[in-house]
Amino acid sequence: MIELDTTDRHLLRELARDATQSASALGRKLGLSQPAAWRRIRRLYDSGIIKGQRLDLDKEKLGFGVTVFLGVKLATKARGSTADFERAVAAIPEVQTVEHILGLYDYRLRVVARDITDFERVLRRRLMMLPGVGEIEANVLLSEERRPGPIG
Amino acid sequence: MLDDTDRRILRHFQHDAGMSPTDLADKAGVTPATCARRLDRMRQSGILRANRAVIDWRALGYEVEVSLRITLDKTQPRAFDDFLEAARNVPEVLEIQTFLGRVDLRLSVIARDMAHYQQIYRSAILTLPHMADIEALMHVARIKSDEVLPL
Repeated sequence: MIELDTTDRHLLRELARDATQSASALGRKLGLSQPAAWRRIRRLYDSGIIKGQRLDLDKEKLGFGVTVFLGVKLATKARGSTADFERAVAAIPEVQTVEHILGLYDYRLRVVARDITDFERVLRRRLMMLPGVGEIEANVLLSEERRPGPIG
Repeated sequence: MLDDTDRRILRHFQHDAGMSPTDLADKAGVTPATCARRLDRMRQSGILRANRAVIDWRALGYEVEVSLRITLDKTQPRAFDDFLEAARNVPEVLEIQTFLGRVDLRLSVIARDMAHYQQIYRSAILTLPHMADIEALMHVARIKSDEVLPL
């Protein structure tokens, strides 16, 4: 594990907001020379602390008006073959994330759809057809906030 | 509003947001100038809000991730506002979602280990206002997490 100092933490926070900022722009913001900023940024990427970049898209403007979180419980007899379920669910384009969890459900899925009718199609034709699916609970997303996290 | 070219650019860009502008133009089969112009337009219209670095919290020593599903006491008129305001002040909370469904809210919380989680849970989570019920789900693994839209 790599120890980060205050400057690294500032850089991390800035890059999580906008990863396209140049080393010189970030250096100016944080009072670092361009090469010093560049070295620190490189280290954040190379050490795997920054594992990649993600586009923040306005889903509604792109026609995806509905996001639903599903809790999926596998049927008891399917518990042995979770790999089949995982492979099949990850291949559905409308499924954005799949998380294996412990507790009330076995998996949590994040599903996008154009509208409720479209969601119903995905649910009936795709999700309920998955191998081993038992119970499904749906919660429709109303609002979402991503927080910067404990960067300091 | 978006044409096939825009969609093609976004489709490639979504899969690898760290791609250089020339690689992206190449993949999408357009000239770098066209690609830059299209992306600019999508930024201006608010479709493309940002390109963010994704932090691997495990690499920073946060081994535990818990999903807290919360039901609020809706007899309190300010339940949602008060709760959200307080939850924003907990640094270990990464995501806050509100729902229409069986649960009202979900918090995604990270911690260094179970002892740290226990401490956050007791001192920062259980003290959040207007909770009627809380349920914890522990993350085991991420099977898919690219959050790519099917454009």
